[in-house]
Amino acid sequence: MKRNPPVLLAALGFGYAFLYLPVLLLIVFSFNESRLVTVWAGFSTRWYGELARNERILDAAWLSLGVAATSATLATLLGLAGGMALARFGRFRGRLLLTGLLAAPLVMPEVLSGLSLLLLFVSLDQMIGWPGERGFLTIVIAHATFATAYVAVIVQARLRLLDPALEEAAHDLGAPPGRAFLGVTLPLLVPALAAGWLLAFTLSLDDLVIASFTAGPGATTLPMVVFSSVRLGLSPQVNALASLFVLAALLLVAAALWLTRRGASGTRR
Amino acid sequence: MMRRLFIGAPLVWLLAFFAAPFVIVAGISLVPALDAVPPFASPLNPANWTLDSYRLLIHDDLYVAAFANALRIAFTATAIALLIGYPMAYAMARAPERWRGLLVMLVIVPFWTSFLIRVYAWMLLLRPSGLINSALMGLGIVAEPLPLDAGEFAVHLGLVYSYLPFMVLPLYATLERLDPALLEAAHDLGARPWNAFLRVTLPLSLPGIAAGSLLVFIPSVGEFIIPDLLGGADSPMIGKILWTEFFNNRDWPAASALAVGLLALLLAPILAFQAIEKRAASS
Repeated sequence: MKRNPPVLLAALGFGYAFLYLPVLLLIVFSFNESRLVTVWAGFSTRWYGELARNERILDAAWLSLGVAATSATLATLLGLAGGMALARFGRFRGRLLLTGLLAAPLVMPEVLSGLSLLLLFVSLDQMIGWPGERGFLTIVIAHATFATAYVAVIVQARLRLLDPALEEAAHDLGAPPGRAFLGVTLPLLVPALAAGWLLAFTLSLDDLVIASFTAGPGATTLPMVVFSSVRLGLSPQVNALASLFVLAALLLVAAALWLTRRGASGTRR
Repeated sequence: MMRRLFIGAPLVWLLAFFAAPFVIVAGISLVPALDAVPPFASPLNPANWTLDSYRLLIHDDLYVAAFANALRIAFTATAIALLIGYPMAYAMARAPERWRGLLVMLVIVPFWTSFLIRVYAWMLLLRPSGLINSALMGLGIVAEPLPLDAGEFAVHLGLVYSYLPFMVLPLYATLERLDPALLEAAHDLGARPWNAFLRVTLPLSLPGIAAGSLLVFIPSVGEFIIPDLLGGADSPMIGKILWTEFFNNRDWPAASALAVGLLALLLAPILAFQAIEKRAASS
């Protein structure tokens, strides 16, 4: 393999600088003493302190974390089932439909998913009196729905790498399908499920548009608070909050990568 | 039993919470708006059905312009992302093998970082008193701050920045799989590197180009956050208009008709993307 010529290295460097510099500068300026967000006036952690005392943000953060954990768990279960069905069950009735339904949320613009789910909730509430007041539950359902598609992709990719001989061996040794799944396939899938859960958690924590549509007047998630304060103007507290978001994302990616690496054992070749 | 549960659970869930909602959107797009709770006439009563919202969709200049703007801006942003992303993916695929994992991870990390925060980072940079304008004025390059924010320039920038990883990753996956022997053969047959690239690498990477471009184009057309935070009043995009109709004007039937229109526009690209994915999965 030949070495990359300088032009390509420059393109690579430019690409990474473009991806990372804005966020790095944001983190630097979160330690800015000045209230004027873009004028440097010395190092300070005061905005982090104010953030920790901001009740509105803390309440929203708790709601967001609860929604993210619940919806990620639901999505992991549904994505596991869907991924298994597509990767292991061969032909079955509804396969084409399930394939489409698991792929479409990946590319659907958020305004469409959000609006359509809200109208479903409103119509259901009119007809059968459920789900009543929109809030935690409706956001969880919305987030679980689109995250299921992401988890299913990860589960399928993992199953494609897993040697089917392992499951066949369990079968040949007389294990019923349920036992073979619980005893052999599921343990091998744990790293993929954990990575999928983390991705679903992150996607939920990050979502503004779908949550804005499906949340009722009483429920405000963290991105909704950030969005409304950003719309009013830049704020140093948002800088601090944003930096914490980036830090959390880095930790989650590291965890997901570690899980994927660990999961590489037991695969083919 | 297990089989039935594994197929049935996700199927029923997605039919109920992903497919059925679109039927309801279509229903509500066919009834007039009311000043009530909920703010629309019942779509279950055929006497209420009307095509008024769709007439508005075709005749209102604002809507037509918003659709046209969204398609145009998404198209240019996709082209720019391809121009930046292709050389990146190409260099990644040619990098020494031990580096590739890290290079790929560096493209994935931004995807895990909050979308809203990444758009916000550009607001900090682009505003009149922001870092870019301060630097340009400090260096004496410009005397007055450039109007970088609140306009099409900023929207393009935001789209390219936010969706670049979606362009790079499928391109990298295609380019990395290419057989180096093909390039060597072209070389041995006397092709210059540039010619070998144009005649061998580029055509073979077309599936990656198509997948990456669609992954950038589709969400860009319906994007709301970027045109709202970085865009100006000059060229509204359809995602933002839909949001405004729904939240500010409370015209749910109009928002539904816009949603149906947007979905109709995106149906072809979405199906094309699924076809490419299917071919890639089977090969």
